[in-house]
Amino acid sequence: MKFLGLVWSNLKRKKLRTALTVLSILVAFLLFGFLCAIKEAFTAGVTLAGVDRLVVRHKVSLIQSLPASYEQRIAGMPGIAAVAGQSWFGGIYQDPKNFFASIPVDPEKFLDMFPEYSLPAEQKQAWLKTRNGAIVGKTTLDRFKWKIGDHVPLTSPIWGEPQGQSHWDFEIVGSFTGMKKGTDTTSLIFRYDYFDEAKTRNKGEIGWFTVRIQNPDQAAEIARKIDEEFANSPYETKAEPEGAFAAGFAQQIGDIGKIVIAVLSAVFFTILLVAGNTMAQAVRERTEEIGVLKAMGFTNELVLVLVLLESCVLAAVGGFAGLGLAWLATLGGSPAPAMLPIFYIPTRSLITGAGIVLALGVIAGALPAFTAMRLRIAEALRRNA
Amino acid sequence: MNWLSQILSVSLFNLRTIPERKGSAAAAAIGIAGVVAVLVGVLAIAEGFRKTMTVSSAPDVAIVMRSGADSEMTSGFSRDEVRVLKDAPGVARNAQGPLASAELFVIIDLPKRSTGTSANVPLRGLEVQAFDVRGNVQMTQGRRFESGKNEIIVGAGAAREFAGLNLGQEIRIGLNTWSVVGIFTAGGGVAESEVWCDAAVLQPAYHREDNFQSVYARLTSAGAFTQFKDALTTNPQLKVKVLRLSEFYAEQSTAVIEFITTIGVAIAALMAVGALFGALNTMYSAVAARTREIATLRALGFGTGAVVVSVLLESIVLALGGGVLGATASYLAFDGFTAATMNFQTFSQITFAFAVTPSLLAMAIVWATTLGLIGGLLPAIRAARLPIAAGLRET
Repeated sequence: MKFLGLVWSNLKRKKLRTALTVLSILVAFLLFGFLCAIKEAFTAGVTLAGVDRLVVRHKVSLIQSLPASYEQRIAGMPGIAAVAGQSWFGGIYQDPKNFFASIPVDPEKFLDMFPEYSLPAEQKQAWLKTRNGAIVGKTTLDRFKWKIGDHVPLTSPIWGEPQGQSHWDFEIVGSFTGMKKGTDTTSLIFRYDYFDEAKTRNKGEIGWFTVRIQNPDQAAEIARKIDEEFANSPYETKAEPEGAFAAGFAQQIGDIGKIVIAVLSAVFFTILLVAGNTMAQAVRERTEEIGVLKAMGFTNELVLVLVLLESCVLAAVGGFAGLGLAWLATLGGSPAPAMLPIFYIPTRSLITGAGIVLALGVIAGALPAFTAMRLRIAEALRRNA
Repeated sequence: MNWLSQILSVSLFNLRTIPERKGSAAAAAIGIAGVVAVLVGVLAIAEGFRKTMTVSSAPDVAIVMRSGADSEMTSGFSRDEVRVLKDAPGVARNAQGPLASAELFVIIDLPKRSTGTSANVPLRGLEVQAFDVRGNVQMTQGRRFESGKNEIIVGAGAAREFAGLNLGQEIRIGLNTWSVVGIFTAGGGVAESEVWCDAAVLQPAYHREDNFQSVYARLTSAGAFTQFKDALTTNPQLKVKVLRLSEFYAEQSTAVIEFITTIGVAIAALMAVGALFGALNTMYSAVAARTREIATLRALGFGTGAVVVSVLLESIVLALGGGVLGATASYLAFDGFTAATMNFQTFSQITFAFAVTPSLLAMAIVWATTLGLIGGLLPAIRAARLPIAAGLRET
């Protein structure tokens, strides 16, 4: 610790160079933060998926619906704790660019199935009393500056409009927030009874079912049993754990994880060169001084540690500032709520980032540090004479 | 000595000293190479997607959907409506009748080859005239499906990305079994992501006996579009939306292309800022190392302009070297790389190949040059401002 002063004055010697290096490291970690947030936006469904939940959908494709009667049949099977149906409404508010998910559900069953959505009790009561009532996630409520009590008109290219009306009318009776970080609070959830009565086709059908099982260890077995139950019917099912379903859906967009890792590798390789170059220059300029230090009795190991410490301080100042800035920036919410409904940096990414900060410091400093360690006193002192 | 020859001699002198500063010069150049590689790599995804969506659209082909539909998925026509549509003025004809095909578009669940996870693969039912309407469909393996049979042909992209679609294989969709009898290409367009079958067989399989979702029509000429469109939109029996195929695909692809382009440029711009600090570092130390030389040159009568331009040139040469390196690397790594992604308008997969186009490469060089220019400017000004006497004294 007593050598920190020495490290600090070395860094201060070429202020401009130190500043430029720190800034380039800062930018790299800012980018790291943003990319982690983007990746999380695509894969949050996997991380947040309930281990005790299955998704049951039509085997041929997600866009085909299942008979509502399946709810009772699934609920009657052994090992099942609860069943809640959902459908894709595809509602449009004014312009398709204003996209958010809109889903008809049975209010009680839905709120029971997804405890991660928190809705004040009196708003739940209002929802149960209002047939065309809808609850809206806080993000979307704020985005369009809606208030409880507002009426929101939606159109749906998939379902058309209720007979004799130009749009679907929803009254906002409540707003939900997420209990867990990363919960999607952009949806508009409304009542299935209102939906089923007003729609003109596919009456009595539901998009997909979420099923809670009593014992998460039996997930695979119960999924197989559900599929067997409906095999060889006109509506065969595909049941799978919610996490697997979410992962498969994310894969449909593309291998976001792989793209993010490829970009980050390019970024860190670049920054490693910049930082490594700075450290190499610093050691080269100070050859004589290092000779003096060694002549005064500094051991080889101590010189090695001093140089490594210097590069780690550079990496830490730039890296932690970058991570911090990225974190502050994501607190403001998503820059594109329609495309990326969720936008935050998960804690595990921040920890990984901190690890990379240290690794960057050590690797960038390694070569110059070894050079400094190996310097022979006589040569070092002679070099500039 | 005139100004130009001053610049030339100082610049050449500078460039010849680059090998002495290999490490720091390489760090600056590779920094810029990284920026350019990421920029080109990400934008190649958007370009490839755009290419797939636009290559397939002949100017004389039109698509008709129900008005209000945002894609074929949400459109629908009865058999009677289809008959009226096909007989509209402007539709080209051959011996079999109008060159128009009424089609059905559904989605089936097939595993991706790469991950084994489910993907939404588009399954299209067509009428036999469809091949002449599209005009660019080539069978590369096998043959076309026969009318009335449970046979499918598979686009080359779909056959590559999704499992179970090889020639001769059978797939089960719902309660029906279909055999793959052919693989086709369609000029690299969207159709290559699709699986095709006879519309008349698909209708009962999906309980849509008298229903179609869209009509594709080849027009007598590209100019006949207005006539065709006006005839349909003014017909009180119909509520339709008529688009040129090119407009239709452009509408479907803008959201994805904008999203990828915005993210790609944002990432590259941030990276560019980081690399710029690296380049500045290199050029500042290049100038610092040469303080005495620069002072000597100035004392000999070289102008500040010559010194500034020479430093800028050196920085641009390094940046260009990096830019060319990055662009070449991303061309080799990404051009033709095949992938599939979700088109949210149709909620189904589109297969495409990354395209590193000449305009992307040109853009890469522009970025690199700009970075070189900015990275060299401040150090160049410092070099020019050096007081001669102090510079000469420096060791």
